[in-house]
Amino acid sequence: MKNFFLFCLSFCLFNIYSQEKVKGKVVFEDSGISYPIGGSSVYWQGTKSGTISNDNGEFEIQKIESTNNLVISYIGFKTQIIQIENDQFYNVVLVYDNENELDDVTVTKRRNAIQRSYILPQNVVRISEQELLNAACCNLSESFETNPAIDVNHSDAITGTKQINMLGLKSPYILITEENVPMVRGASQTYGLGFTPGPWIESIQVTKGMGSVTNGFESIVGQINTELKKPLTDIPLLLNLFNSNNGRVELNTQVKSIVSEKISTSFFAHYNKRDQSNDKNSDGFLDKPLQSQINLINRWQYINAVKGLVSFFNIRVLDDLKKVGQIGSQYDVSKWGGRIKTNRFDSSFKLGYVNPNIPYQTIGFQLAFNIHDQDSYFGKNFYDINQKSLFSNFLYNSIIANTKNKIKVGLNYSYDAYDEFVYESDINRIDKSLASFIEYSYDNLNNLNLVLGLRYDIHNNMGSFFTPRIHLRYMLNDNLSVKGSYGQGRKIANLFTENQQLFFTNRIIQNKSFSKFLYGVNPELATNYGFSIDQKISFLGGQGNLIFDYYSTRFENKVIIDFEKFGEFNFYNSVFGESVSNSSQLEFLFSKNNWNVTAAYKIYDVKNFYKDGFKDKPLQPKNIIFFNYGFESNRVGEKFWKFNFTYNRLGKQRLMMNPRDSNLYSQPHFSINSQITRVFSNNFEVYLGGENINNFKQDNPIIMASDPYSKDFDASIIHGPIFGSTYYIGFRFKILN
Amino acid sequence: MKKIFVILLIVPFFSFSQSKGKTVKEDFLVSGNCIMCKSRIETATLKLKGVKYVNWNSKTSNFSIIYNSKKVTIDEVRSKIAEVGHDNGKYISTLETYDGLPDCCRYRHTGKHE
Repeated sequence: MKNFFLFCLSFCLFNIYSQEKVKGKVVFEDSGISYPIGGSSVYWQGTKSGTISNDNGEFEIQKIESTNNLVISYIGFKTQIIQIENDQFYNVVLVYDNENELDDVTVTKRRNAIQRSYILPQNVVRISEQELLNAACCNLSESFETNPAIDVNHSDAITGTKQINMLGLKSPYILITEENVPMVRGASQTYGLGFTPGPWIESIQVTKGMGSVTNGFESIVGQINTELKKPLTDIPLLLNLFNSNNGRVELNTQVKSIVSEKISTSFFAHYNKRDQSNDKNSDGFLDKPLQSQINLINRWQYINAVKGLVSFFNIRVLDDLKKVGQIGSQYDVSKWGGRIKTNRFDSSFKLGYVNPNIPYQTIGFQLAFNIHDQDSYFGKNFYDINQKSLFSNFLYNSIIANTKNKIKVGLNYSYDAYDEFVYESDINRIDKSLASFIEYSYDNLNNLNLVLGLRYDIHNNMGSFFTPRIHLRYMLNDNLSVKGSYGQGRKIANLFTENQQLFFTNRIIQNKSFSKFLYGVNPELATNYGFSIDQKISFLGGQGNLIFDYYSTRFENKVIIDFEKFGEFNFYNSVFGESVSNSSQLEFLFSKNNWNVTAAYKIYDVKNFYKDGFKDKPLQPKNIIFFNYGFESNRVGEKFWKFNFTYNRLGKQRLMMNPRDSNLYSQPHFSINSQITRVFSNNFEVYLGGENINNFKQDNPIIMASDPYSKDFDASIIHGPIFGSTYYIGFRFKILN
Repeated sequence: MKKIFVILLIVPFFSFSQSKGKTVKEDFLVSGNCIMCKSRIETATLKLKGVKYVNWNSKTSNFSIIYNSKKVTIDEVRSKIAEVGHDNGKYISTLETYDGLPDCCRYRHTGKHE
């Protein structure tokens, strides 16, 4: 009875209060059914007076005098503001917020387009899309010219292909991934960087030193990961046309469409062509190949924020043709000519799951399949390679006790079938590996991060082995951080495809009867360790960083590619002694208001142990000076100017013995690149630029160009640009969301 | 045999997620403004024993927590948040603590710092 009385009393009281309360329910609708949203924030606009909806999505909130606007928000949904007029029951339907899916906070501030991660224990530099626009041309291999982390070298005088180096070692020692799936690898090692058009790229992350065990055992000096533009967040239309005075024309079109709330798709098409013959140095050879490329990708993205699912599916085809050699060789068979025809098919699938109730538990699955096929000939040298690859990765993320201790475990299976035709013999190889890995990360929430990784691979050709990796970051104070890394990496040398400059020579292979199994050499094994010190500085009203880093790579086994004797080519295990690569870099970054400066000085000490002794790696600059200046004018309406200037000086490089060069080392030389962009509106911009404006050219790049069938013909000893200055112009037309 | 070894290396880690105590998820509002507040709120609470996961959303002021109810109570969490300067429900920071917050974190709209 007493209870009943109390009940009545409370009911009455409740009724009295309810006069001043607002009640409602927060739901979202899917396929006509409405689901309650528990935990959504309900508060009066401009105040901190609020509540949270219960598990049934219901809320009640005391009315206040200052406002009638009630704000209802929940992560992943668009925030709604409703005007409260009377005491009715409010049914609030939230809709997905596709634009700010994962953005907790939007901070608008002009930042240096190259961002160094201060928090991650790895030495990572992120190159944003904005930065990529400063090097307008044209694909991934040319994306690093405004950034000192990667050195871009010219690898030969025939194809004009740019080779990238990191820590004094060339790209096969760098793990190059696209959205964390190995991409430029094996057969695509030499030309693969030219197969990702610049406008497709959303950002690039460059990791110096050891990468994570989750990405494989192959990264020895670092990792380059490219993220392509995502269908969900991409703009509806991009049109880009580019033309340079060396005859290269490029067309990029990108369209995307939101199919439904959960599904979006995009389609990118790239076409480039050069049919103008260039021979600036009058040696009878094309300075740049005649080429054409068609490159198409279709991407699908599925996202379901309620169930915590994200999925991607990509399909891509490439057709690339390069014609090289003496001018007129396409029509006249007596002339030295060459052709590289590449066809590639890529497909990949990704699935990520975040448990909505336990956000620290995630599961990821990746599956990729690709076929790479190169058919080529260079004079009388024929080289064909076909590679079929399957890559799959399963990853589980969780915590131990709390999110200070994160753990990743996973399984990885990869399969590669190679079929090569080189010097009139067939070489076949199948690589299979099954691996499990575990990575533990510790964050003390203050000044220490530690990542310990271990991986165990069972490989059909390399045996079973562990790969350990360690990363550490320690903040000495708010402005000074130290990072260190240590780890092991290994790889099978894909000897011929990684050294295709060999085919532009008439060198004689010394061990012509090499064994077909791994070319008769052992897998390469190296230890890499290093550290970086990063001091934040602020002066003259701007902000900057002063960074020093040092990395050392020591090879237990390296496959030595020996071009030392003119007219000969040899390769062997580094049984004569340890090959090493040491690199140090001092870098200065500074940005203020609308300009920024990057300056770097790099010193390389890279040595190989040849049969005839311990020598500097050939064609490796002993030091590099890099300077970049970027400027953006104030906006007048939507209009503004962008200006970029890069100076790059390569120090002396050791030249292999040859009849052309009497000196052992090349003279230092530099190049200047610059670009200016006029943004007319958010939709339209025009850019104009020049590469190698100072017009430096290496003299006589091709040895014995006059008689390419003689034994002395050699186009592999290249230490600088061949072409001289290049100018280009292009425009971008965009339709924004 | 080797493959079995690989599998064995993996299996134990899946059991990390099954902890012994009772895992509870809760949401409530915590006053604050900016990224600095976020880091302060999250760091303070994550250091409590038994707290597994925290997330504070600066746009909505919503604080999510997953914790082991045998090791820590929600009152301990709430009072810890107030102790570092952020009001939440009936747990109010002392004026002294509040005054020590950096400018961007001054969320109170009344008082001498208005």
